[in-house]
Amino acid sequence: MSEEQLLRFELNGGEASAWVQPDTTLLEALRTHTGATEVKNGCGEGVCGTCTVLLDGELVSSCTVLALQADARSVTTVRSLLPAGDGALHPLQEAFLRHGAAQCGFCTAGMLLTACQLGESTPAPTREEIRHAIAGNLCRCTGYTKIVDAIEEYLAQ
Amino acid sequence: MRYVRASSFEEAAGLLAELGEDARAIAGGQSLVPMMNLRLARPAVLVDLSGAGEPSFERGGGGVVIGALTRHCDLERSAVIAEECPILAEAARFIGNVRVRNRGTIGGSLAHADPAGELPCVAVALGASIRTVSPRGVRALPAGEFFQTYFTTALEPDEVVTHVEVPALPPHTGSSFQELARRVGDFAVSAVAAVITLAGDHCRDARLVACAVAQRPLELTAAEGVLRGAKPEDVLDEIESRAGAAVSPNGYKAAVTGVLARRAVVEAVDRARAR
Repeated sequence: MSEEQLLRFELNGGEASAWVQPDTTLLEALRTHTGATEVKNGCGEGVCGTCTVLLDGELVSSCTVLALQADARSVTTVRSLLPAGDGALHPLQEAFLRHGAAQCGFCTAGMLLTACQLGESTPAPTREEIRHAIAGNLCRCTGYTKIVDAIEEYLAQ
Repeated sequence: MRYVRASSFEEAAGLLAELGEDARAIAGGQSLVPMMNLRLARPAVLVDLSGAGEPSFERGGGGVVIGALTRHCDLERSAVIAEECPILAEAARFIGNVRVRNRGTIGGSLAHADPAGELPCVAVALGASIRTVSPRGVRALPAGEFFQTYFTTALEPDEVVTHVEVPALPPHTGSSFQELARRVGDFAVSAVAAVITLAGDHCRDARLVACAVAQRPLELTAAEGVLRGAKPEDVLDEIESRAGAAVSPNGYKAAVTGVLARRAVVEAVDRARAR
Protein backbone atom coordinates (compact mmCIF):
# COMPACT_ATOMS: atom_id res chain seq x y z
CA MET A 1 0.00 0.00 0.00
CA SER A 2 1.34 3.34 -0.97
CA GLU A 3 0.66 6.37 1.10
CA GLU A 4 -0.20 9.52 -0.82
CA GLN A 5 0.94 12.75 0.72
CA LEU A 6 -0.01 16.33 -0.02
CA LEU A 7 2.64 18.28 -1.89
CA ARG A 8 2.46 22.08 -1.90
CA PHE A 9 4.99 24.20 -3.68
CA GLU A 10 5.45 27.45 -5.51
CA LEU A 11 5.31 27.02 -9.29
CA ASN A 12 6.50 29.93 -11.43
CA GLY A 13 5.45 32.35 -8.69
CA GLY A 14 1.99 30.84 -8.13
CA GLU A 15 0.77 28.17 -5.74
CA ALA A 16 0.56 24.52 -6.74
CA SER A 17 -0.45 21.39 -4.89
CA ALA A 18 -1.02 17.71 -5.61
CA TRP A 19 -1.50 14.43 -3.81
CA VAL A 20 1.50 12.32 -4.77
CA GLN A 21 3.01 8.91 -4.02
CA PRO A 22 6.37 8.73 -2.21
CA ASP A 23 8.05 7.58 -5.43
CA THR A 24 6.44 10.21 -7.65
CA THR A 25 9.15 12.34 -9.18
CA LEU A 26 8.93 16.10 -9.40
CA LEU A 27 8.81 15.65 -13.19
CA GLU A 28 5.72 13.46 -12.96
CA ALA A 29 4.08 15.79 -10.45
CA LEU A 30 4.68 18.72 -12.77
CA ARG A 31 3.46 17.03 -15.94
CA THR A 32 0.52 14.96 -14.71
CA HIS A 33 -0.66 16.79 -11.60
CA THR A 34 -0.10 20.45 -12.42
CA GLY A 35 -0.21 20.45 -16.22
CA ALA A 36 3.31 21.80 -16.59
CA THR A 37 3.92 19.80 -19.76
CA GLU A 38 6.58 22.26 -20.89
CA VAL A 39 8.90 20.08 -18.75
CA LYS A 40 9.89 17.09 -20.89
CA ASN A 41 10.52 13.48 -19.87
CA GLY A 42 13.73 12.19 -21.40
CA CYS A 43 16.11 9.68 -19.88
CA GLY A 44 14.84 9.35 -16.29
CA GLU A 45 18.43 9.23 -15.07
CA GLY A 46 19.31 12.92 -14.72
CA VAL A 47 21.59 12.77 -17.74
CA CYS A 48 19.83 14.34 -20.73
CA GLY A 49 18.55 17.66 -19.33
CA THR A 50 15.12 17.74 -20.99
CA CYS A 51 13.40 17.84 -17.57
CA THR A 52 15.54 20.73 -16.28
CA VAL A 53 13.80 23.08 -13.83
CA LEU A 54 15.01 25.44 -11.13
CA LEU A 55 14.49 24.29 -7.54
CA ASP A 56 14.90 27.27 -5.22
CA GLY A 57 16.76 28.96 -8.06
CA GLU A 58 19.17 26.09 -8.80
CA LEU A 59 19.23 23.85 -11.87
CA VAL A 60 18.02 20.31 -11.15
CA SER A 61 16.77 17.35 -13.15
CA SER A 62 13.13 17.09 -12.10
CA CYS A 63 13.22 13.35 -12.95
CA THR A 64 15.68 12.67 -10.12
CA VAL A 65 14.00 14.83 -7.47
CA LEU A 66 11.24 13.18 -5.47
CA ALA A 67 8.14 15.34 -5.65
CA LEU A 68 7.91 15.35 -1.85
CA GLN A 69 11.44 16.73 -1.65
CA ALA A 70 10.14 19.84 -3.42
CA ASP A 71 7.50 20.41 -0.72
CA ALA A 72 7.35 24.05 0.42
CA ARG A 73 10.01 24.98 -2.12
CA SER A 74 9.96 27.04 -5.28
CA VAL A 75 9.98 25.45 -8.74
CA THR A 76 10.61 27.43 -11.91
CA THR A 77 9.99 26.04 -15.39
CA VAL A 78 10.74 27.51 -18.80
CA ARG A 79 7.25 29.06 -18.73
CA SER A 80 8.68 31.69 -16.36
CA LEU A 81 10.44 33.23 -19.38
CA LEU A 82 7.02 34.35 -20.61
CA PRO A 83 5.28 35.97 -17.65
CA ALA A 84 3.00 38.08 -19.84
CA GLY A 85 1.48 35.12 -21.66
CA ASP A 86 0.65 37.41 -24.59
CA GLY A 87 2.53 35.32 -27.14
CA ALA A 88 5.57 37.59 -27.24
CA LEU A 89 8.78 35.60 -27.05
CA HIS A 90 11.67 36.05 -24.64
CA PRO A 91 14.78 37.54 -26.32
CA LEU A 92 16.62 34.23 -25.81
CA GLN A 93 13.83 32.40 -27.63
CA GLU A 94 14.04 34.99 -30.42
CA ALA A 95 17.76 34.27 -30.67
CA PHE A 96 17.04 30.49 -30.84
CA LEU A 97 14.60 31.15 -33.69
CA ARG A 98 16.98 33.42 -35.58
CA HIS A 99 19.80 30.90 -35.42
CA GLY A 100 17.71 27.78 -36.07
CA ALA A 101 18.78 26.51 -32.64
CA ALA A 102 15.57 24.51 -32.13
CA GLN A 103 14.75 21.65 -34.47
CA CYS A 104 12.64 18.95 -32.83
CA GLY A 105 12.43 21.20 -29.78
CA PHE A 106 12.64 18.48 -27.15
CA CYS A 107 15.83 19.80 -25.54
CA THR A 108 14.87 23.45 -25.93
CA ALA A 109 13.17 24.07 -22.57
CA GLY A 110 16.19 22.71 -20.70
CA MET A 111 18.61 24.59 -22.94
CA LEU A 112 16.79 27.90 -22.37
CA LEU A 113 16.74 27.54 -18.57
CA THR A 114 20.37 26.44 -18.47
CA ALA A 115 21.42 29.36 -20.68
CA CYS A 116 19.52 31.83 -18.47
CA GLN A 117 21.31 30.46 -15.40
CA LEU A 118 24.64 30.84 -17.18
CA GLY A 119 23.77 34.48 -17.82
CA GLU A 120 23.16 34.98 -14.08
CA SER A 121 26.60 33.64 -13.10
CA THR A 122 28.66 34.59 -16.16
CA PRO A 123 27.65 37.66 -18.15
CA ALA A 124 29.04 37.60 -21.73
CA PRO A 125 30.48 34.07 -21.51
CA THR A 126 32.98 32.70 -24.04
CA ARG A 127 31.89 29.96 -26.45
CA GLU A 128 33.91 27.51 -24.37
CA GLU A 129 32.04 28.58 -21.22
CA ILE A 130 28.73 28.18 -23.05
CA ARG A 131 29.64 24.69 -24.24
CA HIS A 132 30.71 23.76 -20.72
CA ALA A 133 27.46 25.14 -19.25
CA ILE A 134 25.24 23.11 -21.61
CA ALA A 135 27.37 19.95 -21.37
CA GLY A 136 24.59 18.31 -19.36
CA ASN A 137 21.85 19.11 -21.90
CA LEU A 138 21.81 16.72 -24.83
CA CYS A 139 20.61 17.74 -28.30
CA ARG A 140 20.45 15.07 -31.01
CA CYS A 141 19.42 17.46 -33.82
CA THR A 142 21.55 20.55 -34.06
CA GLY A 143 25.10 19.48 -33.38
CA TYR A 144 25.05 22.28 -30.76
CA THR A 145 26.71 24.94 -32.93
CA LYS A 146 23.49 26.85 -33.56
CA ILE A 147 22.52 26.60 -29.90
CA VAL A 148 25.88 28.03 -28.86
CA ASP A 149 25.48 30.77 -31.49
CA ALA A 150 22.06 31.73 -30.11
CA ILE A 151 23.15 31.74 -26.47
CA GLU A 152 26.29 33.67 -27.31
CA GLU A 153 24.31 36.35 -29.14
CA TYR A 154 21.71 36.68 -26.38
CA LEU A 155 24.20 36.83 -23.51
CA ALA A 156 26.45 39.28 -25.36
CA GLN A 157 23.63 41.84 -25.34
CA MET B 1 5.64 2.66 -0.32
CA ARG B 2 6.09 5.17 2.47
CA TYR B 3 8.07 8.37 2.79
CA VAL B 4 9.32 9.66 6.13
CA ARG B 5 11.34 12.79 6.84
CA ALA B 6 14.04 12.55 9.49
CA SER B 7 14.92 15.74 11.32
CA SER B 8 18.27 14.40 12.57
CA PHE B 9 20.73 11.65 11.64
CA GLU B 10 19.98 9.92 14.96
CA GLU B 11 16.28 9.89 14.14
CA ALA B 12 17.06 8.55 10.66
CA ALA B 13 19.12 5.71 12.10
CA GLY B 14 16.31 4.90 14.53
CA LEU B 15 13.80 4.81 11.68
CA LEU B 16 16.03 2.57 9.57
CA ALA B 17 16.44 0.20 12.54
CA GLU B 18 12.68 0.12 13.14
CA LEU B 19 11.68 -0.23 9.49
CA GLY B 20 14.17 -2.93 8.53
CA GLU B 21 16.14 -3.66 5.41
CA ASP B 22 13.40 -2.62 2.97
CA ALA B 23 13.87 0.97 4.08
CA ARG B 24 16.40 3.11 2.26
CA ALA B 25 17.94 6.41 3.22
CA ILE B 26 17.71 9.16 0.61
CA ALA B 27 19.51 12.50 0.54
CA GLY B 28 20.07 14.17 -2.86
CA GLY B 29 18.65 11.14 -4.63
CA GLN B 30 21.00 11.37 -7.61
CA SER B 31 21.77 7.64 -7.52
CA LEU B 32 18.69 6.21 -5.79
CA VAL B 33 16.00 8.01 -7.81
CA PRO B 34 17.46 6.98 -11.21
CA MET B 35 17.64 3.42 -9.85
CA MET B 36 13.98 3.67 -8.78
CA ASN B 37 13.02 5.11 -12.19
CA LEU B 38 14.75 2.16 -13.86
CA ARG B 39 13.07 -0.27 -11.39
CA LEU B 40 16.49 -1.38 -10.17
CA ALA B 41 15.56 -0.30 -6.64
CA ARG B 42 12.11 -0.59 -5.08
CA PRO B 43 12.43 0.41 -1.45
CA ALA B 44 9.35 -0.05 0.73
CA VAL B 45 10.12 3.03 2.78
CA LEU B 46 12.19 6.10 1.99
CA VAL B 47 13.80 7.85 4.95
CA ASP B 48 14.63 11.36 3.78
CA LEU B 49 17.83 12.68 5.37
CA SER B 50 17.81 15.99 3.56
CA GLY B 51 16.31 17.83 6.54
CA ALA B 52 18.74 16.25 9.03
CA GLY B 53 21.45 18.86 8.58
CA GLU B 54 23.00 21.42 6.28
CA PRO B 55 26.04 21.54 4.02
CA SER B 56 28.92 22.35 6.37
CA PHE B 57 32.70 22.69 6.59
CA GLU B 58 34.31 22.88 10.02
CA ARG B 59 38.01 23.31 10.59
CA GLY B 60 39.19 21.17 13.47
CA GLY B 61 42.53 19.68 14.52
CA GLY B 62 44.12 21.10 11.39
CA GLY B 63 41.78 19.17 9.15
CA VAL B 64 38.27 19.70 7.89
CA VAL B 65 35.05 18.02 8.98
CA ILE B 66 32.54 18.00 6.14
CA GLY B 67 28.83 17.49 6.82
CA ALA B 68 27.34 14.51 5.00
CA LEU B 69 24.71 16.69 3.33
CA THR B 70 27.35 18.88 1.70
CA ARG B 71 26.64 18.83 -2.01
CA HIS B 72 29.17 18.42 -4.80
CA CYS B 73 28.54 22.05 -5.84
CA ASP B 74 29.32 23.14 -2.27
CA LEU B 75 32.67 21.32 -2.50
CA GLU B 76 33.38 23.09 -5.79
CA ARG B 77 32.73 26.54 -4.29
CA SER B 78 34.06 26.23 -0.73
CA ALA B 79 37.00 28.46 0.25
CA VAL B 80 37.84 26.03 3.09
CA ILE B 81 38.08 23.09 0.68
CA ALA B 82 40.12 25.15 -1.81
CA GLU B 83 42.60 25.87 0.95
CA GLU B 84 42.74 22.60 2.89
CA CYS B 85 41.97 19.76 0.44
CA PRO B 86 41.46 21.18 -3.07
CA ILE B 87 41.47 17.70 -4.63
CA LEU B 88 37.90 17.26 -3.34
CA ALA B 89 36.74 20.25 -5.40
CA GLU B 90 38.83 19.14 -8.37
CA ALA B 91 37.23 15.69 -8.31
CA ALA B 92 33.71 17.03 -7.68
CA ARG B 93 33.85 18.88 -11.01
CA PHE B 94 33.96 15.52 -12.81
CA ILE B 95 30.72 14.30 -11.20
CA GLY B 96 27.79 14.05 -13.61
CA ASN B 97 26.45 17.41 -14.75
CA VAL B 98 25.62 20.66 -13.00
CA ARG B 99 22.17 19.39 -11.98
CA VAL B 100 23.63 16.26 -10.37
CA ARG B 101 26.18 18.40 -8.53
CA ASN B 102 23.43 20.74 -7.27
CA ARG B 103 21.64 17.81 -5.58
CA GLY B 104 24.13 15.01 -4.91
CA THR B 105 25.81 14.88 -1.50
CA ILE B 106 29.19 13.66 -0.27
CA GLY B 107 27.54 11.37 2.28
CA GLY B 108 25.33 9.88 -0.40
CA SER B 109 28.22 9.35 -2.80
CA LEU B 110 30.26 7.54 -0.14
CA ALA B 111 27.35 5.42 1.11
CA HIS B 112 26.38 4.49 -2.48
CA ALA B 113 29.97 3.32 -3.12
CA ASP B 114 29.82 3.25 -6.89
CA PRO B 115 33.19 1.78 -7.94
CA ALA B 116 33.46 4.61 -10.49
CA GLY B 117 32.66 7.25 -7.86
CA GLU B 118 35.13 10.11 -7.65
CA LEU B 119 34.58 10.99 -3.99
CA PRO B 120 35.16 7.48 -2.56
CA CYS B 121 38.47 7.41 -4.45
CA VAL B 122 39.55 10.81 -3.13
CA ALA B 123 38.39 9.96 0.41
CA VAL B 124 40.74 6.95 0.39
CA ALA B 125 43.61 8.99 -1.08
CA LEU B 126 43.18 11.68 1.61
CA GLY B 127 43.04 9.11 4.42
CA ALA B 128 39.64 10.48 5.41
CA SER B 129 37.50 9.02 8.20
CA ILE B 130 33.80 8.48 7.71
CA ARG B 131 31.73 9.27 10.79
CA THR B 132 28.45 7.47 11.22
CA VAL B 133 25.59 7.09 13.65
CA SER B 134 23.38 4.09 14.39
CA PRO B 135 21.19 3.12 17.35
CA ARG B 136 24.38 1.61 18.85
CA GLY B 137 26.13 4.98 18.84
CA VAL B 138 28.63 6.85 16.71
CA ARG B 139 31.80 5.53 15.12
CA ALA B 140 34.45 6.64 12.66
CA LEU B 141 35.74 4.33 9.94
CA PRO B 142 38.88 4.87 7.85
CA ALA B 143 37.84 5.34 4.22
CA GLY B 144 40.24 2.52 3.28
CA GLU B 145 38.12 0.09 5.30
CA PHE B 146 34.74 1.64 4.56
CA PHE B 147 34.53 0.57 0.91
CA GLN B 148 34.20 -3.19 0.53
CA THR B 149 33.02 -4.06 -2.96
CA TYR B 150 30.58 -2.91 -5.65
CA PHE B 151 27.97 -0.65 -4.00
CA THR B 152 28.83 -2.22 -0.63
CA THR B 153 30.28 -0.49 2.41
CA ALA B 154 30.90 -1.29 6.05
CA LEU B 155 27.65 0.55 6.91
CA GLU B 156 25.07 -1.51 8.78
CA PRO B 157 21.50 -1.25 7.41
CA ASP B 158 20.54 1.13 10.25
CA GLU B 159 23.70 3.24 10.10
CA VAL B 160 24.01 6.58 8.30
CA VAL B 161 26.99 8.74 7.36
CA THR B 162 27.03 12.02 9.29
CA HIS B 163 30.42 13.57 8.49
CA VAL B 164 33.59 13.08 6.52
CA GLU B 165 36.72 13.99 8.41
CA VAL B 166 39.71 14.93 6.25
CA PRO B 167 43.00 15.08 8.18
CA ALA B 168 45.33 18.03 7.78
CA LEU B 169 47.78 17.57 4.92
CA PRO B 170 51.48 17.89 5.89
CA PRO B 171 53.49 20.86 4.58
CA HIS B 172 54.85 20.51 1.01
CA THR B 173 51.94 18.31 0.00
CA GLY B 174 50.31 18.58 -3.41
CA SER B 175 47.42 16.71 -4.94
CA SER B 176 45.89 16.06 -8.33
CA PHE B 177 42.86 14.27 -9.73
CA GLN B 178 42.96 13.00 -13.30
CA GLU B 179 40.03 11.36 -15.05
CA LEU B 180 39.19 10.04 -18.49
CA ALA B 181 35.52 9.61 -19.46
CA ARG B 182 34.13 8.91 -22.90
CA ARG B 183 31.85 11.95 -22.67
CA VAL B 184 31.84 14.94 -20.32
CA GLY B 185 29.89 13.94 -17.22
CA ASP B 186 29.83 10.24 -18.05
CA PHE B 187 31.18 7.55 -15.73
CA ALA B 188 34.97 7.42 -15.69
CA VAL B 189 36.87 4.88 -17.77
CA SER B 190 39.53 5.39 -15.12
CA ALA B 191 40.56 8.13 -12.72
CA VAL B 192 43.52 8.56 -10.42
CA ALA B 193 43.86 10.64 -7.25
CA ALA B 194 47.39 11.51 -6.14
CA VAL B 195 48.38 13.08 -2.81
CA ILE B 196 52.15 13.57 -2.58
CA THR B 197 54.36 15.03 0.16
CA LEU B 198 57.88 16.16 -0.72
CA ALA B 199 61.03 16.50 1.36
CA GLY B 200 63.28 18.63 -0.80
CA ASP B 201 63.54 17.00 -4.22
CA HIS B 202 62.40 13.63 -2.95
CA CYS B 203 59.04 12.13 -2.25
CA ARG B 204 58.43 11.60 1.44
CA ASP B 205 54.98 10.10 1.15
CA ALA B 206 52.60 9.25 -1.68
CA ARG B 207 49.02 8.12 -1.98
CA LEU B 208 47.79 6.95 -5.40
CA VAL B 209 44.25 5.63 -5.69
CA ALA B 210 42.32 4.73 -8.85
CA CYS B 211 38.59 4.37 -9.41
CA ALA B 212 36.42 2.67 -12.04
CA VAL B 213 39.02 -0.08 -12.41
CA ALA B 214 38.09 -2.47 -9.59
CA GLN B 215 35.20 -3.33 -7.30
CA ARG B 216 36.24 -0.55 -4.91
CA PRO B 217 38.77 2.31 -4.89
CA LEU B 218 42.05 0.66 -5.86
CA GLU B 219 45.16 1.66 -3.92
CA LEU B 220 48.09 1.65 -6.35
CA THR B 221 50.52 0.43 -3.68
CA ALA B 222 53.27 -0.75 -6.04
CA ALA B 223 53.45 2.65 -7.72
CA GLU B 224 53.36 4.38 -4.30
CA GLY B 225 56.29 2.21 -3.20
CA VAL B 226 58.32 3.24 -6.25
CA LEU B 227 57.62 6.89 -5.53
CA ARG B 228 58.46 6.95 -1.80
CA GLY B 229 62.04 8.03 -1.25
CA ALA B 230 62.62 8.67 -4.97
CA LYS B 231 62.95 11.81 -7.04
CA PRO B 232 59.56 11.75 -8.81
CA GLU B 233 61.05 12.80 -12.17
CA ASP B 234 63.29 9.72 -12.17
CA VAL B 235 60.53 7.15 -11.72
CA LEU B 236 57.66 8.36 -13.92
CA ASP B 237 57.97 5.47 -16.42
CA GLU B 238 57.97 2.96 -13.61
CA ILE B 239 54.97 4.59 -11.93
CA GLU B 240 53.09 4.37 -15.21
CA SER B 241 53.89 0.69 -15.68
CA ARG B 242 53.21 -0.28 -12.04
CA ALA B 243 49.91 1.62 -11.97
CA GLY B 244 48.86 -0.03 -15.22
CA ALA B 245 49.92 -3.48 -14.03
CA ALA B 246 47.65 -3.11 -10.98
CA VAL B 247 44.68 -2.87 -13.34
CA SER B 248 45.48 -5.75 -15.69
CA PRO B 249 44.15 -7.85 -17.37
CA ASN B 250 42.02 -5.06 -18.92
CA GLY B 251 44.63 -3.72 -21.34
CA TYR B 252 42.85 -0.50 -22.26
CA LYS B 253 42.02 0.48 -18.68
CA ALA B 254 45.55 -0.49 -17.66
CA ALA B 255 47.10 1.79 -20.28
CA VAL B 256 44.77 4.67 -19.38
CA THR B 257 45.34 4.23 -15.64
CA GLY B 258 49.11 4.24 -16.11
CA VAL B 259 48.99 7.49 -18.06
CA LEU B 260 46.58 9.11 -15.59
CA ALA B 261 48.79 8.06 -12.66
CA ARG B 262 51.80 9.61 -14.36
CA ARG B 263 49.93 12.88 -15.04
CA ALA B 264 48.55 12.96 -11.49
CA VAL B 265 52.02 12.51 -10.02
CA VAL B 266 53.54 15.23 -12.22
CA GLU B 267 50.82 17.72 -11.32
CA ALA B 268 50.73 16.84 -7.60
CA VAL B 269 54.52 17.28 -7.41
CA ASP B 270 54.33 20.66 -9.16
CA ARG B 271 51.67 21.75 -6.71
CA ALA B 272 53.62 20.45 -3.71
CA ARG B 273 56.59 22.55 -4.83
CA ALA B 274 54.40 25.64 -5.14
CA ARG B 275 53.12 25.35 -1.57
